[in-house]
Amino acid sequence: MAIELYRIDDRLIHGQVVVGWGQPLSLGFIALVDDEVASSDWEQELYRMGVPPEMDVYFATPEEAARRLGEWRADPRPGMLLTGDIDTMRRLTELCPEVRTINLGGIHHRAGREHKLRYVYLTPDEEASLRELAGKGIAITAQDVPAARPIDLDDVLSGKAEP
Amino acid sequence: MSDGPIAIIAGHASFAEGMRSAIARIMGLGDRFIALSNDTMGTAEIEERLHELVNAHPIRAIFTDLPAGSCTIAARRLLKTRTDIVLVTGVSLPLLLDFIADEERPAAEAVTRAIDRAARAFGPGPGAARGH
Repeated sequence: MAIELYRIDDRLIHGQVVVGWGQPLSLGFIALVDDEVASSDWEQELYRMGVPPEMDVYFATPEEAARRLGEWRADPRPGMLLTGDIDTMRRLTELCPEVRTINLGGIHHRAGREHKLRYVYLTPDEEASLRELAGKGIAITAQDVPAARPIDLDDVLSGKAEP
Repeated sequence: MSDGPIAIIAGHASFAEGMRSAIARIMGLGDRFIALSNDTMGTAEIEERLHELVNAHPIRAIFTDLPAGSCTIAARRLLKTRTDIVLVTGVSLPLLLDFIADEERPAAEAVTRAIDRAARAFGPGPGAARGH
């Protein structure tokens, strides 16, 4: 079974991921790729607490994820790979060119970021990073929950995708 | 009984304000709660906002909607240094009503009693706890 979603979500593991995507996709595991969480037992325990017992959570740096990606992709259960920011996902795609799709699930407001969607705010550097990834042929869409319409990157960056 | 908020309800979309407004309607004690929505906020921002609120008010408890939710994650981080505050996840209206009706008790005790009573409120019909 393939990894169903390569998702960027600054809330990492949370309700939308566990319930919103986890239930419809019947996710068997989440691979949380983040330097800070991978180095902290406490942070890992924090994220494990919210995940149902039937769902595994794996923690990895981008480098570790690159080594384990084949194993995760070969897992018979549907899985999700999750990063908390664009830069971490970018690092992963440089190590793993087989990552060909990215889901923008949530990049929330912070000083310096411009509103693009209700759940996507970007700095100019973040926009440029996404364009660069798309330029490599990676399909990037924004979709916070499965029932929502996926929005192509160009429409996201135009800032006009929401009425 | 002191005035002002003693608890935070935090959750997705309008969940928290919905709960707070219902408490206000039922018991007239909506001002005992602060409603926090995680709309547009990342986890760090939620945590920052919770810090502001617990520093500004005598908060004894934080109630969140989902155990896995970003509000719960943020609250757990906050409570690393605020062991005087109780966290309850998966909050329901009966639980909040029972908590605030018992606010004279220490928060941990009020919460334990409210959870027990609210759990008995779940049910398809006859047999659910009376009083809700």
